[in-house]
Amino acid sequence: MTSDLKQQVRQFILDNFMMGSKAEVPDDASFMDRHIIDSTGFLELISFVEQSFDIQISDDEMVPENLDSLNNIERFVQKKRAAGIPAGR
Amino acid sequence: MRLLHDFLERTARRVPDKIALVTTGQRFTYAQIESDAARLARALRARGVARGDRVAIFADNGVEVVVGIFATLKAGAVFMPVNSLTKGDKLAYLLNDSRASCLVTTQALREIWEHALAGSESVSACIVSGLPARDGNGRLSSYEAALADDSQELETSSTIDQDLASIIYTSGSTGEPKGVMLTHLNMVSAAQSVNGYLGITGEDVILCALPLAFDYGLYQILMGFLVGATVVLERSFSFPVKILQTAASEGVTVFPGVPTMFSMIMSLGNLAQFDLSRLRMITNTAAALSERHIRELRELFPQATLFSMYGLTECKRVTYLPPPELDVRPTSVGRGMPNEEVWLVDEHGKRLPNGSTGELVIRGSNVMRGYWEKPEQTARRLKPGPYPGEMVLYSGDIFRTDEEGYLYFVARKDDIIKSRGEKVSPKEVENVLYALDGVQDAAVVGVPDEVLGQAIKAYVVLRSGCRHSEKDVLRHCQGRLESFMVPKHVAIVGELPKTDTGKIKKTGLS
Repeated sequence: MTSDLKQQVRQFILDNFMMGSKAEVPDDASFMDRHIIDSTGFLELISFVEQSFDIQISDDEMVPENLDSLNNIERFVQKKRAAGIPAGR
Repeated sequence: MRLLHDFLERTARRVPDKIALVTTGQRFTYAQIESDAARLARALRARGVARGDRVAIFADNGVEVVVGIFATLKAGAVFMPVNSLTKGDKLAYLLNDSRASCLVTTQALREIWEHALAGSESVSACIVSGLPARDGNGRLSSYEAALADDSQELETSSTIDQDLASIIYTSGSTGEPKGVMLTHLNMVSAAQSVNGYLGITGEDVILCALPLAFDYGLYQILMGFLVGATVVLERSFSFPVKILQTAASEGVTVFPGVPTMFSMIMSLGNLAQFDLSRLRMITNTAAALSERHIRELRELFPQATLFSMYGLTECKRVTYLPPPELDVRPTSVGRGMPNEEVWLVDEHGKRLPNGSTGELVIRGSNVMRGYWEKPEQTARRLKPGPYPGEMVLYSGDIFRTDEEGYLYFVARKDDIIKSRGEKVSPKEVENVLYALDGVQDAAVVGVPDEVLGQAIKAYVVLRSGCRHSEKDVLRHCQGRLESFMVPKHVAIVGELPKTDTGKIKKTGLS
Protein backbone atom coordinates (compact mmCIF):
# COMPACT_ATOMS: atom_id res chain seq x y z
CA MET A 1 0.00 0.00 0.00
CA THR A 2 1.48 3.28 -0.98
CA SER A 3 0.65 6.56 0.73
CA ASP A 4 -1.11 9.57 -0.77
CA LEU A 5 2.03 11.61 -0.36
CA LYS A 6 4.09 9.14 -2.35
CA GLN A 7 1.35 8.84 -4.93
CA GLN A 8 1.30 12.60 -5.36
CA VAL A 9 5.07 12.77 -5.87
CA ARG A 10 5.01 9.74 -8.14
CA GLN A 11 2.39 11.38 -10.32
CA PHE A 12 4.47 14.55 -10.53
CA ILE A 13 7.51 12.52 -11.59
CA LEU A 14 5.52 10.53 -14.14
CA ASP A 15 4.03 13.69 -15.60
CA ASN A 16 7.14 15.80 -15.66
CA PHE A 17 10.13 13.52 -16.05
CA MET A 18 8.67 10.43 -17.62
CA MET A 19 5.87 12.25 -19.42
CA GLY A 20 3.30 9.70 -18.37
CA SER A 21 5.21 6.72 -19.77
CA LYS A 22 4.27 3.29 -18.48
CA ALA A 23 7.55 2.78 -16.60
CA GLU A 24 7.25 2.17 -12.88
CA VAL A 25 8.72 4.13 -10.01
CA PRO A 26 9.10 1.75 -7.05
CA ASP A 27 8.99 3.35 -3.60
CA ASP A 28 12.64 2.65 -2.84
CA ALA A 29 14.13 3.38 -6.27
CA SER A 30 16.87 5.99 -6.39
CA PHE A 31 15.87 8.62 -8.97
CA MET A 32 19.55 9.26 -9.60
CA ASP A 33 20.63 5.63 -10.07
CA ARG A 34 17.72 4.94 -12.37
CA HIS A 35 18.30 8.13 -14.33
CA ILE A 36 14.72 9.18 -13.70
CA ILE A 37 15.66 12.72 -12.66
CA ASP A 38 18.78 14.64 -13.64
CA SER A 39 20.50 17.51 -11.88
CA THR A 40 18.21 20.25 -13.15
CA GLY A 41 15.18 18.00 -12.61
CA PHE A 42 15.90 17.79 -8.89
CA LEU A 43 15.48 21.55 -8.63
CA GLU A 44 11.98 21.17 -10.09
CA LEU A 45 11.22 18.30 -7.73
CA ILE A 46 12.30 20.41 -4.76
CA SER A 47 9.95 23.26 -5.73
CA PHE A 48 7.12 20.78 -6.16
CA VAL A 49 7.66 19.20 -2.75
CA GLU A 50 7.88 22.62 -1.10
CA GLN A 51 4.66 23.84 -2.65
CA SER A 52 2.62 20.66 -2.34
CA PHE A 53 3.44 19.91 1.26
CA ASP A 54 3.87 23.45 2.49
CA ILE A 55 7.38 23.04 3.76
CA GLN A 56 10.59 24.90 3.08
CA ILE A 57 13.67 22.94 2.15
CA SER A 58 16.93 24.56 3.13
CA ASP A 59 20.11 24.13 1.09
CA ASP A 60 21.45 21.83 3.81
CA GLU A 61 18.52 19.50 3.34
CA MET A 62 19.00 19.07 -0.40
CA VAL A 63 20.72 15.71 -0.06
CA PRO A 64 19.87 12.25 -1.43
CA GLU A 65 18.88 10.97 2.02
CA ASN A 66 15.94 13.38 1.90
CA LEU A 67 15.05 13.49 -1.77
CA ASP A 68 16.37 10.56 -3.78
CA SER A 69 13.41 8.14 -3.57
CA LEU A 70 9.70 8.21 -2.80
CA ASN A 71 10.40 6.63 0.58
CA ASN A 72 13.05 9.20 1.39
CA ILE A 73 10.79 12.09 0.43
CA GLU A 74 7.94 10.74 2.55
CA ARG A 75 10.18 10.27 5.57
CA PHE A 76 11.65 13.73 5.12
CA VAL A 77 8.30 15.50 4.69
CA GLN A 78 6.87 13.74 7.74
CA LYS A 79 9.89 14.75 9.78
CA LYS A 80 9.56 18.35 8.65
CA ARG A 81 5.87 18.39 9.50
CA ALA A 82 6.47 16.82 12.90
CA ALA A 83 9.02 19.53 13.62
CA GLY A 84 6.09 21.87 13.07
CA ILE A 85 7.86 24.57 11.17
CA PRO A 86 5.34 25.90 8.70
CA ALA A 87 6.57 27.56 5.57
CA GLY A 88 4.72 30.75 6.44
CA ARG A 89 3.42 31.18 2.95
CA MET B 1 55.78 7.81 -20.83
CA ARG B 2 54.76 6.26 -24.11
CA LEU B 3 51.46 4.46 -23.54
CA LEU B 4 48.38 5.66 -21.73
CA HIS B 5 48.28 2.75 -19.28
CA ASP B 6 51.88 3.48 -18.28
CA PHE B 7 50.28 6.29 -16.22
CA LEU B 8 48.70 3.72 -13.92
CA GLU B 9 51.44 1.08 -14.05
CA ARG B 10 54.27 3.46 -13.17
CA THR B 11 52.36 5.20 -10.41
CA ALA B 12 51.25 1.87 -8.95
CA ARG B 13 54.90 0.80 -8.79
CA ARG B 14 56.02 4.11 -7.31
CA VAL B 15 53.26 4.65 -4.69
CA PRO B 16 51.26 1.39 -4.48
CA ASP B 17 49.51 2.26 -1.22
CA LYS B 18 48.48 5.77 -2.19
CA ILE B 19 44.72 6.26 -2.57
CA ALA B 20 44.00 6.57 -6.29
CA LEU B 21 40.23 6.71 -6.26
CA VAL B 22 37.48 7.54 -3.79
CA THR B 23 34.05 6.67 -5.12
CA THR B 24 30.63 5.56 -3.82
CA GLY B 25 32.01 5.43 -0.30
CA GLN B 26 34.97 3.20 -1.19
CA ARG B 27 38.69 3.93 -1.38
CA PHE B 28 41.03 2.19 -3.81
CA THR B 29 44.81 2.27 -3.78
CA TYR B 30 46.90 2.44 -6.94
CA ALA B 31 47.99 -1.17 -6.32
CA GLN B 32 44.35 -2.30 -6.15
CA ILE B 33 43.35 -0.53 -9.37
CA GLU B 34 46.44 -1.91 -11.11
CA SER B 35 45.76 -5.46 -9.97
CA ASP B 36 42.04 -5.29 -10.81
CA ALA B 37 42.82 -3.84 -14.24
CA ALA B 38 45.30 -6.66 -14.94
CA ARG B 39 42.74 -9.29 -13.96
CA LEU B 40 40.00 -7.74 -16.03
CA ALA B 41 42.45 -7.46 -18.95
CA ARG B 42 43.04 -11.22 -18.70
CA ALA B 43 39.30 -11.81 -18.67
CA LEU B 44 38.94 -9.65 -21.79
CA ARG B 45 41.67 -11.62 -23.56
CA ALA B 46 40.11 -14.91 -22.44
CA ARG B 47 36.85 -13.76 -24.03
CA GLY B 48 38.55 -13.14 -27.33
CA VAL B 49 39.32 -9.42 -27.15
CA ALA B 50 42.33 -8.90 -29.41
CA ARG B 51 44.69 -6.02 -30.11
CA GLY B 52 42.80 -3.09 -31.66
CA ASP B 53 39.34 -4.42 -30.74
CA ARG B 54 36.84 -1.95 -29.35
CA VAL B 55 35.59 -2.38 -25.80
CA ALA B 56 32.59 -0.22 -24.93
CA ILE B 57 32.32 0.91 -21.32
CA PHE B 58 28.78 1.88 -20.41
CA ALA B 59 28.28 2.76 -16.76
CA ASP B 60 27.74 5.60 -14.33
CA ASN B 61 30.94 7.04 -12.90
CA GLY B 62 32.43 4.37 -10.67
CA VAL B 63 35.42 2.11 -10.15
CA GLU B 64 34.27 -0.23 -12.96
CA VAL B 65 34.78 2.51 -15.52
CA VAL B 66 38.30 3.27 -14.33
CA VAL B 67 39.29 -0.40 -14.12
CA GLY B 68 37.56 -1.04 -17.47
CA ILE B 69 39.57 1.68 -19.20
CA PHE B 70 42.95 0.47 -18.00
CA ALA B 71 42.06 -3.21 -18.47
CA THR B 72 41.14 -2.51 -22.09
CA LEU B 73 44.44 -0.73 -22.68
CA LYS B 74 46.44 -3.49 -20.98
CA ALA B 75 44.74 -6.00 -23.26
CA GLY B 76 45.93 -3.93 -26.24
CA ALA B 77 42.37 -2.93 -27.12
CA VAL B 78 40.60 0.41 -27.60
CA PHE B 79 38.22 1.74 -24.94
CA MET B 80 35.02 3.44 -25.92
CA PRO B 81 33.37 5.31 -23.05
CA VAL B 82 29.61 5.66 -23.47
CA ASN B 83 27.56 8.20 -21.51
CA SER B 84 25.38 6.35 -18.99
CA LEU B 85 22.38 8.47 -20.04
CA THR B 86 22.43 6.85 -23.49
CA LYS B 87 19.23 5.04 -24.48
CA GLY B 88 18.94 1.59 -26.05
CA ASP B 89 18.73 2.45 -29.74
CA LYS B 90 21.66 4.82 -29.61
CA LEU B 91 23.78 2.36 -27.64
CA ALA B 92 23.02 -0.22 -30.34
CA TYR B 93 24.13 2.31 -32.97
CA LEU B 94 27.40 2.97 -31.13
CA LEU B 95 28.15 -0.75 -30.67
CA ASN B 96 27.38 -1.47 -34.31
CA ASP B 97 29.15 1.58 -35.73
CA SER B 98 32.35 0.77 -33.81
CA ARG B 99 31.81 -3.02 -34.19
CA ALA B 100 32.67 -3.34 -30.52
CA SER B 101 33.62 -6.85 -29.49
CA CYS B 102 32.97 -6.40 -25.79
CA LEU B 103 30.78 -4.36 -23.48
CA VAL B 104 31.69 -3.64 -19.87
CA THR B 105 28.65 -2.41 -17.96
CA THR B 106 26.57 -2.62 -14.80
CA GLN B 107 23.41 -4.46 -13.76
CA ALA B 108 21.71 -1.10 -13.05
CA LEU B 109 21.65 -0.30 -16.77
CA ARG B 110 20.48 -3.74 -17.82
CA GLU B 111 17.25 -2.70 -19.49
CA ILE B 112 19.18 -0.48 -21.86
CA TRP B 113 22.09 -2.77 -22.75
CA GLU B 114 19.87 -5.81 -23.15
CA HIS B 115 17.88 -3.91 -25.73
CA ALA B 116 21.09 -2.79 -27.47
CA LEU B 117 22.73 -6.22 -27.40
CA ALA B 118 19.69 -7.75 -29.07
CA GLY B 119 20.58 -5.67 -32.11
CA SER B 120 24.35 -6.18 -31.99
CA GLU B 121 26.21 -8.98 -33.71
CA SER B 122 29.73 -7.79 -33.02
CA VAL B 123 29.62 -7.95 -29.22
CA SER B 124 30.70 -11.44 -28.20
CA ALA B 125 31.24 -10.73 -24.51
CA CYS B 126 29.40 -8.57 -22.02
CA ILE B 127 31.00 -8.21 -18.60
CA VAL B 128 28.53 -6.94 -16.03
CA SER B 129 29.22 -5.52 -12.59
CA GLY B 130 26.60 -6.75 -10.13
CA LEU B 131 25.38 -9.54 -12.41
CA PRO B 132 23.28 -12.10 -10.47
CA ALA B 133 25.16 -15.45 -10.45
CA ARG B 134 22.34 -17.29 -12.22
CA ASP B 135 22.64 -14.99 -15.27
CA GLY B 136 26.26 -15.77 -16.12
CA ASN B 137 25.98 -17.64 -19.38
CA GLY B 138 26.32 -17.12 -23.10
CA ARG B 139 27.70 -13.65 -23.75
CA LEU B 140 27.16 -12.52 -20.15
CA SER B 141 29.72 -12.87 -17.41
CA SER B 142 30.37 -11.31 -14.04
CA TYR B 143 32.80 -8.44 -13.53
CA GLU B 144 33.37 -9.45 -9.92
CA ALA B 145 34.18 -13.05 -10.94
CA ALA B 146 36.75 -11.73 -13.43
CA LEU B 147 38.45 -9.72 -10.67
CA ALA B 148 38.45 -12.71 -8.30
CA ASP B 149 40.41 -14.89 -10.72
CA ASP B 150 44.15 -14.57 -10.10
CA SER B 151 45.10 -17.87 -11.70
CA GLN B 152 47.25 -16.49 -14.50
CA GLU B 153 49.64 -13.69 -15.31
CA LEU B 154 48.76 -11.14 -17.95
CA GLU B 155 50.96 -11.24 -21.02
CA THR B 156 52.19 -7.81 -22.07
CA SER B 157 50.51 -6.41 -25.16
CA SER B 158 52.50 -5.35 -28.21
CA THR B 159 50.86 -1.91 -28.32
CA ILE B 160 52.87 1.01 -29.70
CA ASP B 161 52.00 4.68 -29.35
CA GLN B 162 50.53 4.83 -32.87
CA ASP B 163 47.80 2.37 -31.86
CA LEU B 164 44.37 3.63 -30.94
CA ALA B 165 43.77 3.99 -27.22
CA SER B 166 40.21 5.28 -27.38
CA ILE B 167 37.26 6.11 -29.57
CA ILE B 168 35.05 8.81 -28.08
CA TYR B 169 31.77 9.52 -29.83
CA THR B 170 30.75 13.10 -30.31
CA SER B 171 27.69 14.78 -31.77
CA GLY B 172 28.04 16.07 -35.29
CA SER B 173 26.01 18.47 -37.36
CA THR B 174 24.91 15.56 -39.56
CA GLY B 175 23.03 14.14 -36.57
CA GLU B 176 24.98 10.88 -36.72
CA PRO B 177 27.45 10.57 -33.82
CA LYS B 178 31.06 10.24 -34.97
CA GLY B 179 33.80 8.25 -33.25
CA VAL B 180 36.87 10.38 -32.57
CA MET B 181 39.90 8.09 -32.93
CA LEU B 182 42.65 8.88 -30.45
CA THR B 183 46.01 7.14 -30.32
CA HIS B 184 48.12 6.56 -27.25
CA LEU B 185 50.40 9.32 -28.54
CA ASN B 186 47.41 11.70 -28.85
CA MET B 187 46.23 11.07 -25.31
CA VAL B 188 49.61 10.91 -23.59
CA SER B 189 50.57 14.19 -25.29
CA ALA B 190 47.30 15.85 -24.38
CA ALA B 191 47.52 14.82 -20.72
CA GLN B 192 51.11 15.99 -20.47
CA SER B 193 50.40 19.31 -22.19
CA VAL B 194 47.36 20.03 -20.04
CA ASN B 195 49.26 19.23 -16.91
CA GLY B 196 52.15 21.29 -18.24
CA TYR B 197 50.16 24.42 -17.46
CA LEU B 198 47.85 23.22 -14.67
CA GLY B 199 50.65 21.73 -12.61
CA ILE B 200 48.62 19.09 -10.76
CA THR B 201 50.87 17.08 -8.42
CA GLY B 202 50.74 13.90 -6.37
CA GLU B 203 49.65 16.02 -3.40
CA ASP B 204 46.42 17.03 -5.10
CA VAL B 205 42.92 15.72 -4.48
CA ILE B 206 40.80 16.15 -7.62
CA LEU B 207 37.01 16.29 -7.40
CA CYS B 208 35.49 14.82 -10.56
CA ALA B 209 31.71 15.05 -10.92
CA LEU B 210 31.95 15.12 -14.72
CA PRO B 211 31.00 11.95 -16.59
CA LEU B 212 34.03 9.86 -17.56
CA ALA B 213 32.46 9.44 -21.00
CA PHE B 214 33.16 13.15 -21.50
CA ASP B 215 36.85 13.78 -22.23
CA TYR B 216 36.99 16.55 -19.60
CA GLY B 217 35.99 13.99 -16.94
CA LEU B 218 38.14 11.22 -18.38
CA TYR B 219 41.27 13.38 -18.26
CA GLN B 220 40.79 14.03 -14.54
CA ILE B 221 41.49 10.32 -14.05
CA LEU B 222 44.30 10.29 -16.61
CA MET B 223 46.10 13.35 -15.24
CA GLY B 224 45.49 12.29 -11.66
CA PHE B 225 47.01 8.88 -12.36
CA LEU B 226 49.89 10.43 -14.31
CA VAL B 227 51.08 12.30 -11.23
CA GLY B 228 49.76 9.98 -8.51
CA ALA B 229 47.03 12.28 -7.18
CA THR B 230 43.78 11.13 -5.54
CA VAL B 231 40.60 11.43 -7.61
CA VAL B 232 37.29 11.76 -5.79
CA LEU B 233 34.80 10.51 -8.35
CA GLU B 234 31.15 11.51 -8.01
CA ARG B 235 28.23 9.92 -9.82
CA SER B 236 26.54 13.15 -10.82
CA PHE B 237 26.02 16.75 -9.84
CA SER B 238 22.40 16.24 -8.79
CA PHE B 239 23.08 17.09 -5.16
CA PRO B 240 25.62 19.93 -5.04
CA VAL B 241 25.41 20.09 -1.24
CA LYS B 242 26.48 16.45 -1.01
CA ILE B 243 29.37 17.16 -3.34
CA LEU B 244 30.50 20.13 -1.26
CA GLN B 245 30.35 17.98 1.88
CA THR B 246 32.57 15.42 0.19
CA ALA B 247 34.88 18.14 -1.13
CA ALA B 248 35.34 19.44 2.42
CA SER B 249 35.80 16.04 4.08
CA GLU B 250 38.25 14.81 1.43
CA GLY B 251 40.23 18.06 1.41
CA VAL B 252 39.73 18.61 -2.31
CA THR B 253 42.34 20.86 -3.94
CA VAL B 254 41.27 20.79 -7.60
CA PHE B 255 37.73 21.32 -8.86
CA PRO B 256 37.06 20.98 -12.59
CA GLY B 257 33.60 22.11 -13.62
CA VAL B 258 31.36 23.53 -16.31
CA PRO B 259 29.35 26.76 -15.99
CA THR B 260 26.12 24.92 -15.09
CA MET B 261 27.83 23.34 -12.07
CA PHE B 262 29.32 26.62 -10.92
CA SER B 263 25.99 28.35 -11.25
CA MET B 264 24.32 25.63 -9.14
CA ILE B 265 26.96 26.02 -6.45
CA MET B 266 26.77 29.79 -6.42
CA SER B 267 23.01 29.69 -5.92
CA LEU B 268 23.45 27.87 -2.59
CA GLY B 269 23.09 30.02 0.49
CA ASN B 270 25.15 27.79 2.78
CA LEU B 271 28.49 27.72 1.00
CA ALA B 272 30.34 29.27 3.93
CA GLN B 273 29.76 26.23 6.14
CA PHE B 274 31.95 23.98 3.99
CA ASP B 275 35.63 24.12 4.68
CA LEU B 276 37.11 24.39 1.21
CA SER B 277 40.28 26.11 2.37
CA ARG B 278 42.45 23.53 0.59
CA LEU B 279 40.87 24.24 -2.78
CA ARG B 280 43.67 25.74 -4.85
CA MET B 281 42.47 25.36 -8.43
CA ILE B 282 39.20 25.66 -10.33
CA THR B 283 39.04 24.88 -14.03
CA ASN B 284 36.29 25.63 -16.52
CA THR B 285 35.74 24.46 -20.06
CA ALA B 286 32.98 23.14 -22.36
CA ALA B 287 31.24 26.51 -22.30
CA ALA B 288 32.39 30.01 -21.47
CA LEU B 289 31.91 31.48 -18.01
CA SER B 290 30.22 34.86 -18.00
CA GLU B 291 32.17 37.77 -16.57
CA ARG B 292 29.74 37.83 -13.65
CA HIS B 293 30.39 34.14 -12.91
CA ILE B 294 34.11 34.69 -13.08
CA ARG B 295 33.86 37.56 -10.60
CA GLU B 296 31.60 35.64 -8.24
CA LEU B 297 33.72 32.49 -8.34
CA ARG B 298 36.82 34.45 -7.50
CA GLU B 299 35.05 36.18 -4.62
CA LEU B 300 33.75 32.89 -3.25
CA PHE B 301 37.02 31.03 -3.59
CA PRO B 302 39.77 33.66 -3.29
CA GLN B 303 42.26 30.92 -2.35
CA ALA B 304 41.80 29.17 -5.72
CA THR B 305 43.32 29.92 -9.10
CA LEU B 306 40.78 29.94 -11.92
CA PHE B 307 41.64 28.50 -15.34
CA SER B 308 39.38 29.36 -18.30
CA MET B 309 39.96 26.83 -21.07
CA TYR B 310 38.64 25.74 -24.42
CA GLY B 311 38.82 22.40 -26.16
CA LEU B 312 37.15 19.85 -28.35
CA THR B 313 37.13 16.06 -28.26
CA GLU B 314 39.07 15.93 -31.54
CA CYS B 315 42.24 17.14 -29.81
CA LYS B 316 41.21 17.23 -26.16
CA ARG B 317 42.26 20.72 -25.09
CA VAL B 318 43.20 23.67 -27.27
CA THR B 319 43.76 26.74 -25.15
CA TYR B 320 43.94 28.04 -21.60
CA LEU B 321 44.06 31.54 -20.20
CA PRO B 322 47.01 32.03 -17.84
CA PRO B 323 45.27 33.06 -14.57
CA PRO B 324 47.00 36.48 -14.25
CA GLU B 325 45.38 37.41 -17.59
CA LEU B 326 41.86 37.00 -16.12
CA ASP B 327 41.92 40.59 -14.92
CA VAL B 328 43.24 41.89 -18.24
CA ARG B 329 41.03 39.93 -20.65
CA PRO B 330 38.38 37.98 -18.73
CA THR B 331 36.45 36.84 -21.80
CA SER B 332 39.46 35.35 -23.58
CA VAL B 333 40.06 31.59 -23.59
CA GLY B 334 43.76 32.33 -23.85
CA ARG B 335 46.36 30.82 -26.12
CA GLY B 336 47.57 27.39 -27.22
CA MET B 337 48.73 24.98 -24.54
CA PRO B 338 52.32 23.66 -24.34
CA ASN B 339 53.61 21.58 -27.31
CA GLU B 340 50.80 22.78 -29.55
CA GLU B 341 50.44 25.48 -32.19
CA VAL B 342 47.18 27.26 -33.01
CA TRP B 343 46.30 29.93 -35.57
CA LEU B 344 43.36 31.44 -37.40
CA VAL B 345 42.66 31.03 -41.10
CA ASP B 346 40.35 32.75 -43.56
CA GLU B 347 37.90 30.79 -45.72
CA HIS B 348 40.71 29.92 -48.17
CA GLY B 349 42.86 28.43 -45.43
CA LYS B 350 45.27 31.41 -45.40
CA ARG B 351 46.87 32.15 -42.04
CA LEU B 352 45.63 35.40 -40.49
CA PRO B 353 47.62 37.92 -38.41
CA ASN B 354 46.74 38.87 -34.82
CA GLY B 355 43.68 41.07 -34.60
CA SER B 356 41.70 39.01 -37.14
CA THR B 357 38.63 36.78 -37.08
CA GLY B 358 38.71 33.31 -38.64
CA GLU B 359 38.52 29.55 -38.09
CA LEU B 360 40.82 28.13 -35.44
CA VAL B 361 43.35 25.54 -36.63
CA ILE B 362 45.26 23.25 -34.28
CA ARG B 363 48.59 21.51 -34.82
CA GLY B 364 50.07 19.06 -32.36
CA SER B 365 50.51 15.46 -31.25
CA ASN B 366 47.13 15.73 -29.52
CA VAL B 367 45.22 15.99 -32.82
CA MET B 368 43.02 12.94 -33.49
CA ARG B 369 43.59 10.31 -36.17
CA GLY B 370 40.17 11.04 -37.66
CA TYR B 371 36.58 9.92 -37.31
CA TRP B 372 36.11 6.16 -37.19
CA GLU B 373 35.21 4.92 -40.69
CA LYS B 374 34.04 8.36 -41.79
CA PRO B 375 36.63 9.49 -44.35
CA GLU B 376 34.55 12.34 -45.77
CA GLN B 377 33.85 13.91 -42.42
CA THR B 378 37.48 13.36 -41.44
CA ALA B 379 38.64 15.17 -44.59
CA ARG B 380 36.56 18.20 -43.66
CA ARG B 381 38.35 18.48 -40.32
CA LEU B 382 41.86 17.13 -40.93
CA LYS B 383 43.77 18.93 -43.67
CA PRO B 384 47.42 18.92 -44.72
CA GLY B 385 49.72 20.82 -42.37
CA PRO B 386 53.08 22.52 -42.95
CA TYR B 387 55.12 19.30 -43.39
CA PRO B 388 54.53 16.36 -45.71
CA GLY B 389 52.18 13.78 -44.26
CA GLU B 390 51.20 16.01 -41.38
CA MET B 391 47.55 16.76 -40.73
CA VAL B 392 46.18 19.72 -38.78
CA LEU B 393 42.73 20.08 -37.23
CA TYR B 394 40.20 22.60 -38.48
CA SER B 395 38.12 23.20 -35.36
CA GLY B 396 34.94 24.45 -37.02
CA ASP B 397 34.92 27.26 -34.46
CA ILE B 398 35.32 30.91 -35.33
CA PHE B 399 37.54 32.99 -33.06
CA ARG B 400 39.05 36.43 -33.07
CA THR B 401 42.45 37.34 -31.73
CA ASP B 402 43.53 40.52 -30.01
CA GLU B 403 46.80 42.29 -30.86
CA GLU B 404 48.75 39.95 -28.61
CA GLY B 405 47.24 36.80 -30.06
CA TYR B 406 44.81 35.92 -27.25
CA LEU B 407 41.74 34.14 -28.53
CA TYR B 408 38.07 35.03 -28.10
CA PHE B 409 35.30 32.67 -29.13
CA VAL B 410 32.94 34.16 -31.73
CA ALA B 411 30.69 31.39 -33.08
CA ARG B 412 30.53 27.87 -34.38
CA LYS B 413 30.53 27.25 -38.10
CA ASP B 414 27.86 24.59 -37.66
CA ASP B 415 24.66 24.74 -35.64
CA ILE B 416 25.68 22.56 -32.68
CA ILE B 417 24.01 23.65 -29.43
CA LYS B 418 25.93 23.72 -26.14
CA SER B 419 23.60 22.85 -23.30
CA ARG B 420 24.90 22.12 -19.80
CA GLY B 421 28.36 21.95 -21.35
CA GLU B 422 27.32 19.07 -23.62
CA LYS B 423 27.29 19.26 -27.40
CA VAL B 424 23.85 18.68 -28.84
CA SER B 425 23.28 18.19 -32.53
CA PRO B 426 19.95 19.78 -33.58
CA LYS B 427 19.86 17.24 -36.41
CA GLU B 428 20.08 14.30 -34.00
CA VAL B 429 17.13 15.68 -32.02
CA GLU B 430 15.20 16.47 -35.20
CA ASN B 431 15.77 12.91 -36.46
CA VAL B 432 14.15 11.61 -33.28
CA LEU B 433 11.25 14.06 -33.65
CA TYR B 434 10.66 12.95 -37.25
CA ALA B 435 10.51 9.34 -36.03
CA LEU B 436 7.32 10.21 -34.13
CA ASP B 437 4.26 9.38 -36.21
CA GLY B 438 2.38 12.48 -37.23
CA VAL B 439 5.33 14.87 -37.18
CA GLN B 440 5.50 16.74 -40.46
CA ASP B 441 8.24 19.28 -39.76
CA ALA B 442 10.66 19.79 -36.91
CA ALA B 443 13.26 22.42 -36.15
CA VAL B 444 15.51 22.43 -33.12
CA VAL B 445 17.35 25.52 -31.92
CA GLY B 446 19.25 26.67 -28.85
CA VAL B 447 17.72 29.43 -26.74
CA PRO B 448 19.53 31.33 -23.97
CA ASP B 449 19.12 29.81 -20.51
CA GLU B 450 20.47 31.15 -17.23
CA VAL B 451 21.55 27.75 -15.85
CA LEU B 452 22.09 25.61 -18.95
CA GLY B 453 23.85 28.18 -21.11
CA GLN B 454 21.60 27.22 -23.98
CA ALA B 455 18.37 25.27 -23.64
CA ILE B 456 17.01 23.12 -26.42
CA LYS B 457 13.78 24.25 -28.02
CA ALA B 458 11.87 22.17 -30.54
CA TYR B 459 9.35 23.53 -33.03
CA VAL B 460 7.05 20.85 -34.32
CA VAL B 461 4.46 20.95 -37.09
CA LEU B 462 1.96 18.08 -36.94
CA ARG B 463 0.18 16.48 -39.87
CA SER B 464 -3.48 17.40 -40.07
CA GLY B 465 -5.60 15.24 -37.84
CA CYS B 466 -2.69 14.45 -35.52
CA ARG B 467 -3.38 15.39 -31.91
CA HIS B 468 -0.03 14.96 -30.16
CA SER B 469 0.42 17.22 -27.16
CA GLU B 470 3.71 18.83 -26.20
CA LYS B 471 4.04 16.17 -23.49
CA ASP B 472 3.60 13.38 -26.04
CA VAL B 473 6.48 14.85 -27.99
CA LEU B 474 8.64 15.10 -24.87
CA ARG B 475 7.86 11.55 -23.80
CA HIS B 476 8.88 10.30 -27.22
CA CYS B 477 12.18 12.20 -26.93
CA GLN B 478 12.87 11.02 -23.39
CA GLY B 479 12.70 7.41 -24.43
CA ARG B 480 15.28 7.94 -27.16
CA LEU B 481 17.66 10.75 -26.25
CA GLU B 482 20.14 11.37 -23.45
CA SER B 483 18.44 13.69 -20.95
CA PHE B 484 20.63 16.67 -21.90
CA MET B 485 19.40 16.35 -25.52
CA VAL B 486 15.71 16.26 -24.62
CA PRO B 487 14.10 19.62 -25.50
CA LYS B 488 13.32 21.83 -22.54
CA HIS B 489 10.71 23.64 -24.57
CA VAL B 490 8.40 22.23 -27.23
CA ALA B 491 6.22 24.49 -29.35
CA ILE B 492 3.63 22.91 -31.60
CA VAL B 493 3.11 25.39 -34.40
CA GLY B 494 1.04 25.61 -37.56
CA GLU B 495 3.99 26.05 -39.88
CA LEU B 496 7.71 26.82 -39.95
CA PRO B 497 9.42 29.50 -42.03
CA LYS B 498 10.90 28.03 -45.24
CA THR B 499 13.54 29.13 -47.71
CA ASP B 500 12.81 29.46 -51.43
CA THR B 501 13.99 25.89 -51.91
CA GLY B 502 11.59 24.61 -49.26
CA LYS B 503 14.15 24.06 -46.49
CA ILE B 504 13.24 25.04 -42.97
CA LYS B 505 14.71 28.42 -42.12
CA LYS B 506 15.89 28.55 -38.52
CA THR B 507 17.01 32.15 -38.39
CA GLY B 508 14.43 34.01 -36.38
CA LEU B 509 13.28 30.97 -34.42
CA SER B 510 13.85 31.42 -30.71
